[in-house]
Formats: sequence, C-alpha cells, structure tokens
Amino acid sequence: MQIGYFVEQLYSDLPEDEIIKNGGFFGVPNKYFDPKVGAKLYHRYISEHLEAERVGFDMLVLNEHHSNPACMSHVVTVEASILAYATKRAKIVTLGVPLPITKNPLRVAEELAMIDMISGGRLVPGIIRGASFEQVASNTNPTQNRELFDEAYEFMIQAWTREGPWRYEGKHFHYRYVNPWTRPLQEKPLVLVPGVISPETVVWAAKRGLPYVALATEVNATRKMWNLYGDTAEKMGYQVGPENFGYLQKMVLADSDEEAYEIGKGHMFGGSHATPKYSALPGYNSKIAIREYANKFYALMNPKAADPHNVEQQRKALLDNYPKLVDAGHILVGTPKTVIPKIRKILEQLRPGMFTVWGPEGPVAHEKVMRMMTLMGNEVLPAIREMAKELGLDDPFSVKLGARPLPANGRWKPLVEDGEHTAAA
Amino acid sequence: MSGWVERSIDIGGEPLVLLEAGKGRPLLILHDELGPADWQVWHEKAVAAGRKLIMPVLPGFRSDRLKWIRDVRDLASFLGRVLRQEDLVPVDVIGFSFGGWLAAEMAVANPGQFRKMALVAPFGIKPAEGYITDMFIVTSAEYIRMSFADAAATPEFSALYGSPDPQTIEGWEDARRECAEIAWQPYMHSPSLDHLLGGVGALPVLLLWGDKDAIVPESAMRAYEKALPHVEAKVFAGCGHRPELERREDFAAHLTRFLD
Repeated sequence: MQIGYFVEQLYSDLPEDEIIKNGGFFGVPNKYFDPKVGAKLYHRYISEHLEAERVGFDMLVLNEHHSNPACMSHVVTVEASILAYATKRAKIVTLGVPLPITKNPLRVAEELAMIDMISGGRLVPGIIRGASFEQVASNTNPTQNRELFDEAYEFMIQAWTREGPWRYEGKHFHYRYVNPWTRPLQEKPLVLVPGVISPETVVWAAKRGLPYVALATEVNATRKMWNLYGDTAEKMGYQVGPENFGYLQKMVLADSDEEAYEIGKGHMFGGSHATPKYSALPGYNSKIAIREYANKFYALMNPKAADPHNVEQQRKALLDNYPKLVDAGHILVGTPKTVIPKIRKILEQLRPGMFTVWGPEGPVAHEKVMRMMTLMGNEVLPAIREMAKELGLDDPFSVKLGARPLPANGRWKPLVEDGEHTAAA
Repeated sequence: MSGWVERSIDIGGEPLVLLEAGKGRPLLILHDELGPADWQVWHEKAVAAGRKLIMPVLPGFRSDRLKWIRDVRDLASFLGRVLRQEDLVPVDVIGFSFGGWLAAEMAVANPGQFRKMALVAPFGIKPAEGYITDMFIVTSAEYIRMSFADAAATPEFSALYGSPDPQTIEGWEDARRECAEIAWQPYMHSPSLDHLLGGVGALPVLLLWGDKDAIVPESAMRAYEKALPHVEAKVFAGCGHRPELERREDFAAHLTRFLD
C-alpha cells in the first residue's frame, strides 16, 4: 500500500459569493487575485507537503488547474520540481500532467526527466486529458483532446527511451530534431492514469497495464470502472490486482468529531469546480461518458437550487447536500477513532493499492491542516498500513504490474467477491 | 424535414447524403453551423419559382465525419469534387453563416464552379471590430436564441426550435463537434480569405445580413463588401443572424430576383 496526500490548493482569500454567482470556480475574474496573498499561500502549501512527508505519507500528490482560484498549482511540474529538491523520501506524484493542453510533449518529457533526476528517482508521472475548462483556458481543441493525449503519451515514452537524434512527424506534433539531453533516472517511471468518469480512459489504462486512479468517484461507480478495467485486462491476458488501482478519498481529521464535521464543510466551498457553460464543449466527452456524467456522480455533487442567481439559496443547497455526502462516505470526517473503520470499509469495497487522502478544502486554517497531519502520522497511517497488509493490498511498486496470471478458466476474478461483473463497453 | 427527399451518393468511396426538393435550375444550399436546415417557407417559395434545391448534408453534420477533413478548405475541395461528379458546374449557390464561409472558400478556389453566389451573414473573415460569437462555450439552445433579433416575432421559430426532440439535439451536438474539428482555431475564419476574395472576378455575389446580427459583427460584412468585385448587399433592418426566417418574404424576393 502506498498512501498519498493531496489538496487542491485553493486561493482562499476571495468571497465565496463570487464563485457561487459565477456558477463555479472557472470564470471568476482575476481581479480578486493578490500576488502578496498568493506568495504566502504557495509557501504554506509547500510547507504542508513537507509536513506530509515528515509524518509518513508515501506520496505527495500534485495536480494543476488553470485560470481559476480553486487550485493555486497552475503548472504541476513547477511544484514537483521544488518538492524534488526539498524532500528526501516521498514519491512525487503528478495527478496529473495534462498532456493535450501543454501542446509540447518534448518539453514535458524533458521537465519530467529533470524532476526524476533531481528527486533521485522518486517521480511518479500521472498523465491526464485535462478537464473541459482547461481546454478553454489553453485554447486546446476539445474534439482532438483524446488524440492529443494518445500522441503526446506515445511521443513522451519514445523521447525517454529512443536514442537521438530522430525526426518526428505525427498528426498533431512535429519535431525536426528530437535529442533530449535528459532522461529519467528510473529506467521506466511508473505512469499513472487518473480519471473521473470516462470509460475510455479506463480501457486505455488497462490496455497498457498502467494503474488507474479514481478521483474521489462514488464507490459503486468506481467499482464499475474497476470491473471494466478487469474485463479489459482479461482480454490483454492478465488478472488485475490492487496494484492496478488507486483511489482518492476526501477526508478531514480533527480532535473531535464535531470539529472535523465543521472543517469538512470546506469541501463544499464554492460548489462546482467547473462552471456549467464551460463543461459542455463540443466533442470533449464521448456520448457514453456524457450519459454517465449526467446520471451518476455529478447529479449528487452539484445540486441545483431553484434560482441560480440567489446566492443564499445556492449556498444552502450546497450545505444541505453536505451531510448526505458524509453519510455516503464521500467525505470522511471525524477523529482517527471514528474515521479508521470508515477507511477500512472503503479499502474492503475497492481494494486499491494506492490510497490518497484528499485533505481539508475551503478557507481552512493552516494549524488545522498541520494538526490533521499529526493525527494522520500518529494513528491513521499506521492503521491503514496494518489494514492494507491484512487485506493484501499490494501496490504497483512492490509487485510487477500485469504479472498476475488469469485463473485456469481464463476469466478474471473480480477484486471484490460480491462485485458485479460487467461486460466491457 | 418534410419537403426534402434524401439521395445517397458516393464520392470516391465516401458516402454523402443530398437533400433535394423541386425541379428546375439547381440551387446548391450550404447549410449553417448547426447542420442541415429543416423545411422552411423560403424553400417552398424557391421551389415554386422553379428551382431544384440541393443541400448536401456536410460530412460530420448528422452523418459520419470524414477524418481527413481538417479545415474548411479541405471541405471546400471535397464539395468541388461533388459538384463535378454530379455535373452541376456552374451552379447557383447560397450559403448560410458557416455555409457562407464554405461557399466563399469554394469560390476563391475556383470561381468557375458557380454561376451566382448568395452569402447570408457568412463567417470566414475576422471582423475588424468585435468577434464572431463563440458557439462552443454556449449551448445550442442559447446559440439559437442569440441568432434571432426577435424570436417571438418570427413565425417559424417555435415550429423549428420550440420543442426539439432528442434526435435533433444530438444532431446539433454533432454539428458543434464538426465545427470545432475544423474551425476551433482560428475561430470560424481564414486569415487569408479576404486577400483571396478579389480573385473571384466577375462572379455576381449577393450579400444578405441583418443589422441586429449578434453572431457576426457588421465589420466582417463590410470586409466582404470591400473585397468582392461584383457584390450587391442587402441589409435587413432590425433583423438578426437568420434573415431567411426573420424576414422570409423579403429574403425570398431578393434572392429570387438576384438568381433570375
């Protein structure tokens, strides 16, 4: 088991009303940004990552978003570079590098190789397509998102492994001279594939034997994705294990259940990450994914109040939804004593080899985050390791991916006994 | 789609559907960015005036896309081949919005394939002032509403757009997708088009637009007017981006007179 720590790194010094009125974080005007506040926040978030390593997390999990206050990390490789030098032990996980919107896979290959070398081989590069609004922020053609992702990935692997110089003329990328004077220290960095709802991404990862990381999706929807991965792996000739899966879990710990419950409300701050008008870009999602999106997870996450212009009504709708998300286990809140059994339930239901804690969100005090770190280090991380050992939750760094043979009948065995065995889409 | 009769043809191994109506001298219709037009009053009038209407369902719009088409000039070349194969050259053409841009691209590539060209609020030229409205960050429904200066005063609006069925909405989504495939960036224009338009020579062009068009700024229409050697402009007062619906009588009369 590998245990990670993640937060979105909110720019918290702005009125929530502005986000709610806007319908989500993306599109809030940057007049609310103050570089002096930003500078302090960057230092704070880096210090929290250093603390996460100190208390015993195995992975420091980073991401990026653009043109909105929900996420201060706008270039994931910048933060990864800083942590590569400033930390000593933890793996540095990008979750992920949005390959299509960078539009330059050679530069990405160089950046990641540098980070891997500086960190002494601790980089775990996750790669993503980028959310729909990221396509707007970077003017990336949403209809070509998946093509760009595929081509950039294949190119990046070649840039790391093929002796240069060579010439490349693809569909979207063209390079006269590929001869990067840098390569990862690790012979083959493990590439992770995070996802939310796209079945195509699950199949893509399974075909390449790359672990799939579910980004805080609802448990049953996640199991459906696991089953799709398992079915695809069967076709590829291997049996899946916990090493093929990672899970991101929202979690807030404090010294009392009541305090944790209050801090946990920060996960509702501002409401939706994606503003609806930027979420229906042409060609970004497949028709299958659009149906999943509409029917499942987001129906629960983004309750719509009757009047979208009424801020108080919207805020009330968000907060009314909070206890439902807590009851459903979507956000775990409490003391170590009350949360550990809930974590066990998730580990039993999903059996992931990588488990990342998505810490407090919203305008939460630094001291509260640091206190959560202490509680994690003293009580929760040891408990998770113990449970993982008992449940046999191997991670992709301790066992070889794709090496588990299929059962004698040629059909894969679901990770969880009572899991429904769905046909591949 | 009542009024239209479908005919499938094969263009170099690629299937293409033509929607046709009427008998007489052919009029090629290049549909707008939301796909093939449903049957409208001006179609009825054109058929009554003795025209055969031919509207190709452009690849990717309520049909499978052709993967090799990556920009509007690829599409213009493909349609040129369609006209030659169907023995339609020289043909009268009318293009709406995106379809107007397509017609203009076909004309600059080969003015001889057209006899007369009518362009209705065409995309294609970057406006000197303002921007062509970005259809990709609004829903189809919002975009359609923005296309009319006064939807309530447009008799055909509710029949065409009042209660679209799921199939129609899916058709709009396919159309948006195809438009993004070929015109995401630069958005709905070719930087070189206005430099090439002078080359259409003696081709007669009728330019129709509304002075309350919220989709294409007036400066883009003025640029067309300036660049085309033989152009006649008709501006509909108080009308939005869809004069064929908002001013259907006047529109049909102008078009008939121009094409005769």
